[in-house]
Amino acid sequence: MSGQQHARPAPVGGSLFNATTLVCGVLIAVMATIILVRLIFGLGATTNLNDGYSWGAWVVVDVFIGSALACGGFSVALLVYIFNKGQYHPLVRPALLGSLFGYTLAGAAITFDLGRWWNFWHIFWPGYFNVNSVMFEVAACITLYIIVMWIEFSPVFLEKLGLHDARRKLGKLLFFFIALGIVLPMMHQASLGTMLVVMGGQVNALWQTPMQPLIYLLSAIILGYGVVLFESCVAASAYRRQVEVSMLNPMARVMLGIMAFYLLVRFADLIARGVLGQAFQPSFIALAFWIENACFIAPFLLIRTVDARRNPARLFLAGIAVMLGGILLRLNGFLIAFDTGPGWTYFPSVPELLVTIGIFAAEVLGYIVITRRFPVLPRAESYARPARS
Amino acid sequence: MANTRLLQLEDETTIADASKRVGMPRREFLQFCATVAAGLGLPPGAEAAVAEAVASKKRPSVIWLHFQECTGCTESLLRAEHPTLERLILDVISLDYHETLFAAAGHQVEQARKTAMTENRGAYLLVVEGAIPTRDGGIYCKVGGQTAIELTKECAADAAAVIAIGSCASWGGMPSTAPNPTGSSGVADVLGKPVATIPGCPPNPYNFLATVVHFLTFGALPPLDDLGRPKFAYSRLIHENCERRAHFDAGRFAMQFGDEGHRKGYCLYKLGCKGPETYANCPTVLFGDAGAGTWPVGCGHPCIGCTEQGVGFGKPQGVGFGKPIHMLAKVKNVEPPQQYPRIVEEQGVGATLGSASLLAAVAGAAAGAGAMVARNLGLSHQAEEARRARGAGGKTEVRDAYRDT
Repeated sequence: MSGQQHARPAPVGGSLFNATTLVCGVLIAVMATIILVRLIFGLGATTNLNDGYSWGAWVVVDVFIGSALACGGFSVALLVYIFNKGQYHPLVRPALLGSLFGYTLAGAAITFDLGRWWNFWHIFWPGYFNVNSVMFEVAACITLYIIVMWIEFSPVFLEKLGLHDARRKLGKLLFFFIALGIVLPMMHQASLGTMLVVMGGQVNALWQTPMQPLIYLLSAIILGYGVVLFESCVAASAYRRQVEVSMLNPMARVMLGIMAFYLLVRFADLIARGVLGQAFQPSFIALAFWIENACFIAPFLLIRTVDARRNPARLFLAGIAVMLGGILLRLNGFLIAFDTGPGWTYFPSVPELLVTIGIFAAEVLGYIVITRRFPVLPRAESYARPARS
Repeated sequence: MANTRLLQLEDETTIADASKRVGMPRREFLQFCATVAAGLGLPPGAEAAVAEAVASKKRPSVIWLHFQECTGCTESLLRAEHPTLERLILDVISLDYHETLFAAAGHQVEQARKTAMTENRGAYLLVVEGAIPTRDGGIYCKVGGQTAIELTKECAADAAAVIAIGSCASWGGMPSTAPNPTGSSGVADVLGKPVATIPGCPPNPYNFLATVVHFLTFGALPPLDDLGRPKFAYSRLIHENCERRAHFDAGRFAMQFGDEGHRKGYCLYKLGCKGPETYANCPTVLFGDAGAGTWPVGCGHPCIGCTEQGVGFGKPQGVGFGKPIHMLAKVKNVEPPQQYPRIVEEQGVGATLGSASLLAAVAGAAAGAGAMVARNLGLSHQAEEARRARGAGGKTEVRDAYRDT
């Protein structure tokens, strides 16, 4: 494993009980209560979903956005294993941890959004397979990926538990799961875009395009890097460590390159379909379109030069901008510019929002617990010493 | 019967004469015959037989008795317009005795009845309208000194067929509801044998007419069910062909008269509509020749089940006049589910004060936290830059060292 050449990851350590974990715990408890109410009394009792908007915050935010934000592991693995850029290896585990939580909770969230949730196993039962359905593709693929990610991440637990023999055996097979862990997200992140395509005319022309699978895939990769930027900066601030600028700087450059390609595809598609004019109409939808794309353009202003990329504050803001752009791309397509006919409206209810907030709180809490207790983040001493010297 | 092609009859003089007699254009007359044949459920070609029979056969003699009733059945027949049925009653059949329609009175009209019975012995149709009182020797209804029982038995003795028109004659109907002081009964009970019944309050005139035309064409009554009702008219539940059936299936019900569901034309089942347990062709044939919706349920009133045998209040097995209007029908073919979708489809609520403020609070907190993190990162970067500017390049060395490990 190339990981052996780098600083070995180590647990951050420290107390698990502080203001952040307490707030997260409360938010998770609130979420659990609402989910219990939802499971017993149904979607109507908790959400603002209706026949016009059968997908709301839980699907769009928790699953579409949640899984896209969880692409850090995939994006970094793509860089490390496919393009053989071993210097980024210390970023793999933290990125994978974010992905693990993002996807696992997205998978759980979709269960709560099923009207008849007790039938959730149908999608895994061969007799119920609808192999022509894009939803089936997404569900099967995401489930597989969650399993694959837990296997990919399991060395962390094996190391912690001291099961070195099992760790070594797994290490020999891991390449297979790593390969799967790159293929599967490419499949379902593109399929999530296909879901928008199958929505047909209900989706605004600025987002309804057969190119959507490519756009979603590219944006998911970009988002992966954006999240790594964000996560590294936040983790460094929270744990009072040095930001891994030496790795983030070139990685951000890769991100900018992919983002330039993304914007090229996005606008070339709009021009080719002749709908770019709609973006210049004085409408709320056009405004949403420009805010979304401004978020993708902003990093070019923030971290264009090597010097600018050396500033963690700029990397952090660029990461946020990219994340916002990816979030808005999905929100716009599936909710804001999604028109199912006159009279239908949707805005998430308070319980819906609290569940979504609770899901993110669970991710934060999980990240804190695992990084403090398991070897995920790179050992701080190896490069953070200058801060103390 | 030989001819099975209606169009070939167009030029026949008998048809022309018959159409002149009943006062309708020839083409319309043939259409009427075809409609009757179709209404009876007869095979293709039978319409020609019907037309020939109506045009050429001797008009059957009909004796029409009235007993305990409101004359609604006769009134209903007089309102039929295809053709105007009073013309048909007077011209297609030979109505030799009818207490309501006869201009004559007293001994003169009773003599007409006796003459017709003698002349058409074994060939006339007896139609009975109204229930027959049986208590105290039947003294509660007398015509020309004879009780209803005596009249019915006398006229039925030599009749080719007996038709009980309306619910009263069929099985007692409204006069027989509890406490039934006169012991009202149907014709079949009095005669002690089954008769053809055309129940309804009033019955649809075309059901009666088609039965008569069938008798005229084929010399026999059409197939009857176990209650004596012609199957062509009474073999389907009202529920099956009801125009409001889709509302039943979707669970959209009027809950009380005049409520939103009632005004929108929803299903009347929960107002006590007996359509799900009543066999009749009301929703398809309609009443009064006035177009769509002209039947009780179409007008917004639940079916009272008048074509089903009702035997008075307190005897729950009856439907018509037996079961109160507000009581739910026993659905004979489809049991309704326990739960239905909502009648009013909610189209979603926009942002509420709570949800919008919660979202704004979260966004604000995130933005604030983000700004603080960015500021701190910027400050520490500035400090580091300043330190590096002061001289020491320690950080670069460490980074290189880290790369080499």
